[in-house]
Amino acid sequence: MSSGTLYDKVWNFHQVKELPGGSTQLFVGLHLIHEVTSPQAFSALNEKNLEVKFPNLTVATVDHIVPTLNQQRPFNDPLAEEMLSTLERNCKSHGIKFHGIGSNSQGVVHVMAPELGLTQPGMTVACGDSHTSTHGAFGAIAFGIGTSQVRDVLASQSLAMKKLKVRRIWIDGSLQKGVYTKDLILHIIRLLGVKGGVGFAYEFAGPAIERLSMEGRMTICNMAIEGGARCGYINPDETTFEYLKGREFSPKGQEWDKALNWWKSLVSDSEAKFDDEIQLDGSSIEPTVTWGITPGQGISIKEKIPNPEILPKNEQQIAKDACKYMNLEPDQPIEGTPIDVCFIGSCTNGRLSDLQEASKVVKGHRVATGIRAFVVPGSQKVAKEAKRKGIDKIFLTAGFEWREPGCSMCLAMNPDKLEGRQISASSSNRNFKGRQGSANGRTLLMSPAMVAAAAINGKVTDVRKLLQE
Amino acid sequence: MKKEFPKGEINVIRGRSLVIKGDDIDTDRIIPARFLKCVSFSALGEQVFADDRKELAGSHPFDLEQNKGANILVVNDNFGCGSSREHAPQALMRWGIRLIIGESFAEIFFGNCLALGIPCMTATKQEVSKLQNLVNQNPNQIWDFNLQDLSIYNQKESFKLNIEKGAYEMLYSGKWDATSQLLDAEERINNTVKNLPYLNNFT
Repeated sequence: MSSGTLYDKVWNFHQVKELPGGSTQLFVGLHLIHEVTSPQAFSALNEKNLEVKFPNLTVATVDHIVPTLNQQRPFNDPLAEEMLSTLERNCKSHGIKFHGIGSNSQGVVHVMAPELGLTQPGMTVACGDSHTSTHGAFGAIAFGIGTSQVRDVLASQSLAMKKLKVRRIWIDGSLQKGVYTKDLILHIIRLLGVKGGVGFAYEFAGPAIERLSMEGRMTICNMAIEGGARCGYINPDETTFEYLKGREFSPKGQEWDKALNWWKSLVSDSEAKFDDEIQLDGSSIEPTVTWGITPGQGISIKEKIPNPEILPKNEQQIAKDACKYMNLEPDQPIEGTPIDVCFIGSCTNGRLSDLQEASKVVKGHRVATGIRAFVVPGSQKVAKEAKRKGIDKIFLTAGFEWREPGCSMCLAMNPDKLEGRQISASSSNRNFKGRQGSANGRTLLMSPAMVAAAAINGKVTDVRKLLQE
Repeated sequence: MKKEFPKGEINVIRGRSLVIKGDDIDTDRIIPARFLKCVSFSALGEQVFADDRKELAGSHPFDLEQNKGANILVVNDNFGCGSSREHAPQALMRWGIRLIIGESFAEIFFGNCLALGIPCMTATKQEVSKLQNLVNQNPNQIWDFNLQDLSIYNQKESFKLNIEKGAYEMLYSGKWDATSQLLDAEERINNTVKNLPYLNNFT
């Protein structure tokens, strides 16, 4: 059993009591809600005649259903409008702060909360969304929950949870030019599998991790869940503190100094015990692309689509299903695969640095004929900052569309969808069958820079070739 | 006939089974995102596995006449991975599922099922495969599940099942609906708040 890790320390601070059977009642320091997984929780609360216990510890925004072309209210889609107005009503009647459209702070929940300084080291963060693991980048214990648990957190600011084991994933070296944290996490999931992390929290550590910006760290922790790990985290350090300093909800003045001391005390001890440890060399990782229907089905840009027959037996069936669904031939190179749609955005890769890196690839090029390419900033703040830096112009000049912030085609609950058998190059997090809005649409996951390269060439491309030019 | 949703102690479940084969079946497949555009779970039962069912045009296990009224679902490995949407177990429950047996389950999905009083029981790959074959050979077979015995059986066959202790106790005692239990600890919740530096100006 782990001891002395950040996970253990934060867990202990938030333990309310032991429940029968070995679960723990765990206090939730920051509860984030959005329009999709909260309405039924509020209804349940009302049915039971319960109040929200700590309304100041829940923060709301709208992201999944927002249109990215025209955000005028009421929305064109009456169902989307109903979801948003229900959230507005619930927040108002329970005294919960809501960051809505036009508030200047709305955005994908896992983008806007960190940028406001709401997410801080040592917190427990819960949200009715599996990508809540993102917030672990700050040294928080952050995890996704279902709607019944959203109800429980609203009612009691706590939930029943079993303590996870801790696996440290140590990354040596540093990422090569043209290789991003998206490639790193896709590589890790490929190695450990989509269920390799079930029952574990992942601690990402080592020189390659320490060198990453907060935005890069968020990308890694965001996709811990795609490897089965409900939470992923990174010990807070100077990069974390630098990011937090001066943000709206960050501690200020004397409090800041005291906060620093506490945050530093939470870092995993040098003699901490982990339930499992893995070590990888970050320098050897290549740009990585998924070819199949799970985020674990990734290969480097230089590899060929695997032949199911030579894969481990337990992977053969799903690999065959994947080849059939994706209509990709085994033993063919992934590079050069023609694509139809390019999507840059999402809670994984919709932050400023993601757009910046992609714009460097795009600059001076044109989107290939016949390709629909669009950029959806992760939040209103990201959009504003990108515009200030002229990044929107680079994309627009190249033939990309520049949209309003939201989750968009990551899960296609808004009008942004694939059509028919279209295949996308996408900076999002899931390549499940039908994920991007067409029941038989296809998704290739990759870094935003790789999506940009794909848009320019109209096919899967090694971004490093464009960066050399 | 409309079936009641789970309530109270979950110890015995009786009924017919159906099989969904395949590893890593994600919650987007169980309930595609477009059906999440709702403020109530009530319509989800009909939409479970919507895209897979459409593709198979009537031959999907959830559409077969022989499986109508079945309440036990037998699946494979890492069932329910992906999105945390409780809409997935809600859709299964509203279709009629009261018990799921598989090789393994994704963590959030397992917790979401538990919160609805639906046990997710595990068995070995070989046992699950054998059970799936038996179910497919004779879909009319009535199975008896007993949580306390950790087994599912009929007159001829019996399978040993597993579930983690915490979930077992919550289901067996009927305390899987956690809200009231959590609220019982009000004083201790307030104490936890007092001891959290970030809720006390870091003093």
